[in-house]
Formats: sequence, structure tokens, C-alpha cells
Amino acid sequence: MKKSDNLMSGAQIFFECLKREKVEHIFGYPGGAVLKLYEHLYDVDFLEHVLVRHEQGAVHAAEGYAKASGKVGVVLVTSGPGATNTVTGIADAYMDSVPIVVFTGQVPSHLIGNDAFQEADIVGITRPITKHNFLVRDVKDLALTIRKAFYIASTGRPGPVLVDLPKNVIASKCEFIYPEDVELRGYKPNYKGHINQIKKVAEVIASAKRPLLYVGGGVIMSGGSRELAILARENKLPVAMTLQGLGAFPGTDDLSLGMLGMHGTYWANRAVDNCDVLVSLGARFDDRVTGNVETFARNAFKIHVDIDPTCIDKNVVVDLPVVGDVKHIIAEIASEMPNQPDTTEWLAQINEWREECPLVYEDNDGRLRTEFVIEKLFEKTKGEAVIVTDVGQHQMWTAQHYKYNHPRSNLTSGGLGTMGFSVPASIGASFAVKDRPIISISGDGGFQMNIQELITAAANKVPVKFIIINNSFLGMVRQWQELFHAEKFSFTDLSSSNPDFVKVGEAFGIPSYSTDNPKEVDSILEKAFSINDRPVLLEFKVVKADMVFPMVPSGGSISDMMVKRLNPRRMT
Amino acid sequence: MRRTISVLVENRFGAFDRIATMFSGKGFNIRSISIGETEIADISRMTIVTEGDDQIIDQVVKQLNRLIDTIKVVDLADTYHVERELALISIGLHKGSMEQIKNICDIFRGNIVDITNKSMMIEVTGPPDKIDAAVNVLAPFGIKEMARSGIVALKRGEQLKIQKKENFTT
Repeated sequence: MKKSDNLMSGAQIFFECLKREKVEHIFGYPGGAVLKLYEHLYDVDFLEHVLVRHEQGAVHAAEGYAKASGKVGVVLVTSGPGATNTVTGIADAYMDSVPIVVFTGQVPSHLIGNDAFQEADIVGITRPITKHNFLVRDVKDLALTIRKAFYIASTGRPGPVLVDLPKNVIASKCEFIYPEDVELRGYKPNYKGHINQIKKVAEVIASAKRPLLYVGGGVIMSGGSRELAILARENKLPVAMTLQGLGAFPGTDDLSLGMLGMHGTYWANRAVDNCDVLVSLGARFDDRVTGNVETFARNAFKIHVDIDPTCIDKNVVVDLPVVGDVKHIIAEIASEMPNQPDTTEWLAQINEWREECPLVYEDNDGRLRTEFVIEKLFEKTKGEAVIVTDVGQHQMWTAQHYKYNHPRSNLTSGGLGTMGFSVPASIGASFAVKDRPIISISGDGGFQMNIQELITAAANKVPVKFIIINNSFLGMVRQWQELFHAEKFSFTDLSSSNPDFVKVGEAFGIPSYSTDNPKEVDSILEKAFSINDRPVLLEFKVVKADMVFPMVPSGGSISDMMVKRLNPRRMT
Repeated sequence: MRRTISVLVENRFGAFDRIATMFSGKGFNIRSISIGETEIADISRMTIVTEGDDQIIDQVVKQLNRLIDTIKVVDLADTYHVERELALISIGLHKGSMEQIKNICDIFRGNIVDITNKSMMIEVTGPPDKIDAAVNVLAPFGIKEMARSGIVALKRGEQLKIQKKENFTT
């Protein structure tokens, strides 16, 4: 065979590499700089391209896909505005450590820097919000760069990687050599925890009187839920989860305390405040969890297990750090336990807190409330659904009231808090999960932020149930305005300016239902769950002025926690 | 507290920007930064002088390590090392000042590298505090322009027993 027979274009190499990375779905939007790739894509049969309606939607869809499946989500967009539209999604993936690879078109190499049509320095723009990014300057580097991109995105602490592809690089040809191994001398994630540290962790837990596991999204990402369940159940350790950690441990288990932090349960937060050993597993001591770092778990010996060394001692100085893969380290802690701690009294104390201040809401005035909808949803799906929430009050209420049975079931924008995440992310998740219902929950504000993706759902007949919790307000902002900003409800009232969501849904060809009556919730859910070959939209018009409690004010301590009580009992 | 950190980085497009972006994005200070070639063709050495307490420096080192383009990060504060800086100082000449400046230059073992009727340029090399001293002494003569290279540093060949632990991770 002559050497020239072996030559492949950049575009061919691109898809050959995706094939070897076992990519089955990409979320994208064509444009001038990537026309050559789309030309080849036309005949590619090993993957499905999902056409979104806005590039931000593509990134969130890839995030939803990645979070639900554990695989790398892939995005393909054009240069300039196509690339800059991905920025919010990339920042979101960076904050929540979601493995995605974003391919952006770029103007031809010789025009870079000339303010060419649809040129943007996307590598420069995304440098602080990617785990790493690349500009491919020569087609000979293309295969290795793609290999590196997938490797970096999916290993260690996962994260987004961007690969910028100038138009001429895609068009030029070279011999295709697929690099089997990736060697990056500046990147060697450490998976194995230090065994002496792990032994110490086991000893500390074994001798604890009031131990608490503080579990974050890292446990889910590392696939360590089984190991966690063994550690917690064998040693009777209560488990409090972060927003991203929900699902890592079954929410229905007696040892689950639900979520901790700003809107965490009363008993989880009291447990944090009173524990003598706090074991953080794959969490990063985020300010929404800690509040005031000076008083956070003030009496506890703090253990921190994380794969990212920068997380250790970043926000809270800990007593015993272990760097490595959380899944393996949890398993090793469990096997190194010299004895089981006696937590009977501690668990009884937590149960007292549970009864002292349960999650309550008014349910006897005939008006519809979000908590009720979420409870009904839980009854209907028995904790088996994949729930994709947006950002705001509905997100917190869902986190409080939906009890997830499985990991990778709770997909939400935590770190960046990106309104508009849910609609596209749920569509992405629906390509990864076929055997469980996918439910998108948004507020009326966030729903409108990526509303265009409804047509992506409709066109692809994805069986997502889009739920809008409509309180006609930017509810969480409204809550802060009421509590901390002199009740100046500045630009948060959407009641006179919201669209008719049922008509919106119907315009996109989606069966849509609406109610404000608690008595109709069951029947409307019944209808929605009978439709499984296409999307369906449900609008729940809930009361306007409800607030999410408990609430620890930003930067506050557990003693500042505000709780809701229906009975006039005083907090002691 | 002032700390000198030595970083080996891939000699690659964007590597410098990545590090500078990390410093500004995380709110860390850079007092000086210098970058140049090393004995290995595709590796550059950056010497960064930063400041902060132990917790901040610990974060700086970890965040530097976290970047894919950094190969090795050493906090030189924990080691015996040599620091050098070079300064070019241009000084205006007045009647009789030339001889005095020349004397000062000799004391600091500097070199006169340029001279006209109106000004002379001195090159001084040494640890940063020596440069500071030279600048202080020369200031009254009227410094017209000055360029300092930023610090370069290398660990000494032999590390004595009393050294603290080495903050060394790759």
C-alpha cells in the first residue's frame, strides 16, 4: 500500500477518534467553521447527533448525559458565537466536575488573530473554566489531542476539556496513527490513598461517639455508592449528603439524614454541629454547606477524602486528609475498621431532632404547594426516576422531599447555579437512560432560559416529563428579598409577564397540562406517566410567597438556622 | 510572607497564560515572575515570587500542580537555594555625579553598560535585596528608567540536614 493511501482528512480522523473513544451521542449545532465535520457526519453511522437549538443547550445536554451515564458527554459547535455560547455550560461543568469534551470550530490558522468572521479566542476565554483546553495547530496532532482530551476529562477529578479546531486543520490530510496510550508528564492523578492515613481514619471512626459521614458528588462520580452503603450500614454511621451527593446513599434508609447545608434538614445540620468526627467523602466544603467556616462542625475531628489535593484545606482546615479515589478509599476504610463504633445513642439523638423539626408545609388550605407535588412525584416513581432540577426554590424543595434510591438519579446545577440547566440536561440524560423515567423540574424563571430546547425534545421524541413549578416569581430571589432586602421585590414578580406555558408546550407539539389544584395532581401525573413515546409538559401553579426552610443564612452558623413550624412549639 | 516558587512547565503555547490566569482567578499575588529555557528543550522554568500565609502558599502550590502543563512545583522556602535578579538602571548625569555613580556601581559590583553625556546605564546582578540596596543608593542621583528581570532561583546542590520538609509533588 502506498503511503498516500493511508492519508485521512482531519474530519475523518476526528470521527475515527470518536469511534475509538466509544462515543455514541454528540450534541451539536453546525456552522461555517465545522462544515467539513458535518459533511462527514452525514455518513457516520456509529453515533447519533442530537441537534440542539442553542449551543448552551448542547453543553447542558452533554452534562446531563455524562452525569446520568458516567460517560464523557460530547459537544460539537462552530466558531465565534457558537463557541462563546458554550461558555456558561462549560463553567457549569467545571464547577460540578462533569466530564465533557467540547469541540469548537475555529477560523483557519492563518486568520487567527485577524478578527476574522466568526472568530473568538475561545481557548483564551475558557482557560479558567476548563480542566484543560487545546488549540490544534496541525492535523498531525489531532488524534493525540482528542485522545488526551477524553483522558483528561474522564480521569482524576473529572471536568470539561475544550478542543479548538481551525477549519484548515480539519480539511488537511495526514496519516492516521491512533495513540493507544496517553502519557502526560504534568498530569498523574493519584487514585491510591495512603494506607497509613486510611488506617488512621478507620481508627478515628471506630472510636467516635458521634460520627457523621458528609457525602458529596465525588462518591457518585467514583462509583462508590455500594462501598458507602457497606461502610455506613456495617458501622451504623449516619449519612448527610450535599446537593450533588444526593443519591449516593438511598434517601429512604434510616441512616440517611438527607441534605445538609443552607437548606439542609434540621437534623442533618444539628448532626453536623454536634458530631465529634466528621468524615467528608468526595465533597469540597462548599460555602453553601459550611456557612460560617469558623463554626462549621466546630467540635469535630475532621477527615477529608478527595481525589483533588486542592480541595484539601481550601475552605476548611482538616485534621486528617486522604487524597485518592473515594470509592477505593471507602472500601479500604470499611475493611480496616478495628471495631464498630457504638452509635446507638447518637442515632437516637438524631431521631429526636428529626421529630423536633420535620420538613413541614401547609396542606389544609386547598392551595397547591411545591412540596406536595414533589411528594406525589416520589410516590409515583418510588424514588426510581432520574430527576433533573434547575436552580432555585424548586431545586431545594426537590432535594428535601425526593428520596433518591440510586446514584446518578439527581442531576442538577450545584456549583455554578445555572438557571436553564434542567430542560437541556434532561434531554441529554434521556439519551443515556432508557429504563427509568426522566423528569425535568424547573421554576417558571429558569424554564424560560433554555425554552428553545423543547423542540429538541419534541423532534427527538424523548420521553422527558417537563415539570414547571410556577409561582410567578423568581422565587429564591424573592425569598432573599423578603428576608434580607427590606421586602423590595425588585424585578422578581413575573405574574403579569409569564407566557401561557400550556400554549407554549402545545406550540412545540408537546402535550401540556396545567393545574393549581392539589386534588388534580395525581390525575395529571397519571396522564403524564401514560405518555412514554414523547415529551410531556406539566405546569403546577403553586402559591407565590412560600419560602424554603430550614435556612441557614449565607455565611451563618447552625445556631442562625431558620425553621418552619406549623405548631407553635418553640425551638429550645 | 514572601515566597519563591519554582515551576517546571511545558514549553507550550498558552502555558504561561494558564498560570497567570490561575493566579488572578484565585486572587493570589504575583510580586515577580520570570520565565526562560531550561536544560531540556521543551521545558521552561518559571520562578514566581508570591506572598501569603502557609495556607495560601499551600493552595498556590496545589493549584499550580493541578494545571496539566505544570510538570514540577517546588516551594523554595523549604530549601537551600540561590536567588538572583538583574536590574538595568538608567541614571541622569549632573556635574560631578559620574564619578560618584561609578563608585557606587563598583561597590555593588555592577557594570556600566551604556553612557552618554546625559545619562549612564548600570547593570547590577544579585539577590533581590542587593538590587533594592543599589536602587536606594542610586535614587538620589535621579533614576530615569529601570528594568528588573524578576527573580530566578535554583535549589543548591547540597541540602543540609536542618532543612524543613520539601514541598515537592508532581
